[in-house]
Amino acid sequence: MSKNLKSTTLVIKGGTVVDATGERVADVVIENSVVKEIGKNLRADSTLDASGCIVSPGFVDLHTHMREPGREDCETIATASRAGARGGYTALVAMPNTDPAQDNVAVVEFVREQGRRAGLVDVLPSGCITVGRQGSTLAPMAELAKVGVQIFTDDGNGVQDPVLMRRAMEYAKGLGITLAQHCEVTSLTLGAAMNECCCSSDMGVPGWPALAEELMVARDIDLVRLTGARMHFLHLSTARSVDLVRAAKTEGLPITAEVTPHHLSLTQELLCGFDPLYKVNPPLRSMGDVRALKAGVADGTIDAIATDHAPHARRDKELPLDQAPPGMLGLETALGVVLGSLDLSMTQIVALMSQRPAQIAKAVEHGNDVAAGARANLCVFDPQIVWQVNPKQLASKSTNTPFVGRQLRGRVRHTIFNGNAVVIDGEAQK
Amino acid sequence: MKHLRSIDELGIDGLERILQLSKVMAEINSRPVPKVPALRGKTVVSLFLEDSTRTRLSFETAAKRLSADTMTFSVSTSSANKGESLRDTVETISDMGVDAFVVRHKSAGVPWQMSAWTSASIVNAGDGAHQHPTQALVDCYTVREAFGRERFEGLNLTIVGDIKHSRVARSNIQAFSMLGAQITLVAPPTLLPPDIDHWPVRVSNNLERELASTNVLYMLRLQSERMAQGHVPTLREYGDQFGLTAQRVAMLPPESFVMHPGPMNRGVEMQIDPGDLANSLIHRQVANGVAVRMAALFDVLSGDQPNADAGAVDGLNREVA
Amino acid sequence: MSGADVRRAITRIAHEIVERNNGVQNLVIVGLQRGGTWIADAIGDSILAIEKDQRVPVGAIDVSMYRDDFSLRPIVVGAISSIPCDVSGATVVLVDDVLFTGRTVRAALEGINNYGRPRAVQLAVLIDRGHRELPIRPDYVGKNLPTQLGDEVVVTSDGVSVTAAKS
Repeated sequence: MSKNLKSTTLVIKGGTVVDATGERVADVVIENSVVKEIGKNLRADSTLDASGCIVSPGFVDLHTHMREPGREDCETIATASRAGARGGYTALVAMPNTDPAQDNVAVVEFVREQGRRAGLVDVLPSGCITVGRQGSTLAPMAELAKVGVQIFTDDGNGVQDPVLMRRAMEYAKGLGITLAQHCEVTSLTLGAAMNECCCSSDMGVPGWPALAEELMVARDIDLVRLTGARMHFLHLSTARSVDLVRAAKTEGLPITAEVTPHHLSLTQELLCGFDPLYKVNPPLRSMGDVRALKAGVADGTIDAIATDHAPHARRDKELPLDQAPPGMLGLETALGVVLGSLDLSMTQIVALMSQRPAQIAKAVEHGNDVAAGARANLCVFDPQIVWQVNPKQLASKSTNTPFVGRQLRGRVRHTIFNGNAVVIDGEAQK
Repeated sequence: MKHLRSIDELGIDGLERILQLSKVMAEINSRPVPKVPALRGKTVVSLFLEDSTRTRLSFETAAKRLSADTMTFSVSTSSANKGESLRDTVETISDMGVDAFVVRHKSAGVPWQMSAWTSASIVNAGDGAHQHPTQALVDCYTVREAFGRERFEGLNLTIVGDIKHSRVARSNIQAFSMLGAQITLVAPPTLLPPDIDHWPVRVSNNLERELASTNVLYMLRLQSERMAQGHVPTLREYGDQFGLTAQRVAMLPPESFVMHPGPMNRGVEMQIDPGDLANSLIHRQVANGVAVRMAALFDVLSGDQPNADAGAVDGLNREVA
Repeated sequence: MSGADVRRAITRIAHEIVERNNGVQNLVIVGLQRGGTWIADAIGDSILAIEKDQRVPVGAIDVSMYRDDFSLRPIVVGAISSIPCDVSGATVVLVDDVLFTGRTVRAALEGINNYGRPRAVQLAVLIDRGHRELPIRPDYVGKNLPTQLGDEVVVTSDGVSVTAAKS
């Protein structure tokens, strides 16, 4: 394998190409930043070995917390980009709960520029729905839409006031943007550190009832029906949320939904040891919820996998359970966890990780079929390789992965971003 | 490393062992010089990050009577106020050479988190609303003393009050059911935890209906904040429905007892002066506190050790080679 | 020693105690848990037979809390001590079945001090098997029995047995 990346053509050799059109064994030649040719026995100036691997459009994460500006101690746009690239992502939607928040053009442009400087993935900043995510006045969504922001969310918080949410939806409809909701009625979750369940009663820890999510899902579905705005539900976590979205979709409402890898694989019992590593919003739920989420993914109710990658300083995750901030890393373990949790075809997996989130994010250069002329944003991954998660070996600046010490099957080998191999054999090239 | 963090972690064997040891400690406390060298050379640190004078003094007295060296870190003196994390505090103290921490914290789970930062034994003096194992041990010991029996089959324990936020209730439910008692919880629905179908208890919202069959009435303190948080409409309504009045005391059967872990909220859950209660065990609960905590510290710190030289004494105090 | 020998030894020791102390005034018999308590009771009964209407108080002391080797062996608490009267100013006769290294008696001396300050402490043992490690000597001995360090000596009311150490 040649390491000279300045050559004009690159061939990804010996892999199985998987996209919406299906699966086929083929070599893929890239020239400059686009796919040039797909076929058998192709040659180019340099080669990336893809034997035993799947070659797919690069993954798109609808939900990454990059922590810059404001918390560069636990992650920066550069380190998050590196983590994303190693996880097979070529585009990341940056969540707006930065400090200052992404509720104005200056911050949005800063985030975008930092992403360009890192040069490993497309960083797509989202905007806030309300100023400072405070939930009281609308953010300047038109200004932000003008500079290319497609998704607006107060993530970290849900918009509590139904009137304000209605206004936001009416406004959004006019702009053609997508609103994304972190569904949580905060008055029902005061002081909560985990799911409200038998465990939380035994532990004497206030719980987050499933209803706190479902009430807002139901409310927003009704508001979508009223206003016609496009709504994307972030990190759904309960069985009933899935049922509500399924019913809404049969009505043809413009609703999409995502689920995180951790909600597909981990349950509330992990909190019994009081380890804040497993504390997340929305919380890990019951086995029944996990099953319902998997069924929702299988039948298309849930459109996309999104990591909700949330780095936290070790010091913060060592606080007592009720004081520790919620959140888990996700970019570098997503593929392995998803392959281990879902019993679906590779085509479906790729749709969930790449094609569908790219459509929702309107990231037109991502999630496309691997065809001549398409922008070369690709992921080459080995679906069989078994590896152990070691927090110290992750590219993220933080180490709060709940999969620490676990064995996962499936790992990204190479990532191609805009025609450049930014990850080769698992190593980020910058 | 041995810990005493929760009743379920302690188990029935540990529970029995500590209750038996408490009798030995009670005798030691009755001597003119109530001190034994059993924990000489051991250092016990009180880490009380939630205020409590009574429990802290009880533990410190217990440690001193076993000749342990003691150190105290409490809310006001700790450098937690200066932004030092709990982990930093625990590791710093550990570096000084500590055999056991006695820790009280307003957050549940801290005694388990601490084990990642120190190899010392952890004794839980109360973690949030989760567990208060030594209180349950004191209460079991006191009931054994009052009824003159070691198993509680046929004994009805009724716990009244803010179960949802009570670590004393959680520990006592485990301990008393391990000893065979029948347990009834009495509280307004808002003060019961949301998911307790799997608890070994009956539940009632009506205090007076339960009194005639109650052998031990255990009153929990209602914090005044609960009204502000919307759990009860007013403290007065709570007191009317669930408070202990003279009239309700009269409804208890003969040879029944009243208990309270202290401190009391007079006029709320206690509407009768405890001094007027003929069948109160509250003083015994306090009196037994030191002996039971001596037993707890002894059990945790004098555990399995490497083997002997000649001249050592075996368990039956026969000298063996 | 047979059971009868043991009985006779106890009776003799009882007589010696009364003789040496010129009667039973201010006398307290304290058996060491657990091996010495039945012997202490027996001595108490014997003295009652000798001095007719004078019952000497008999107590028991558990020494497990006073051992000097906490770091070497786990402490298993024997039984609860019970000292029936004030020992301050009294003559305490400690009673044990076997005297070996002397460490148990040292522990008992420390324990007795927590109850008060006796005028004097004397020691009665049924068997002295030698191998002292501390300057402890008995005032009253049933029998001197030379043993090997590894031997096991068991004393009951049915007699004394010595099991040789496995070589």
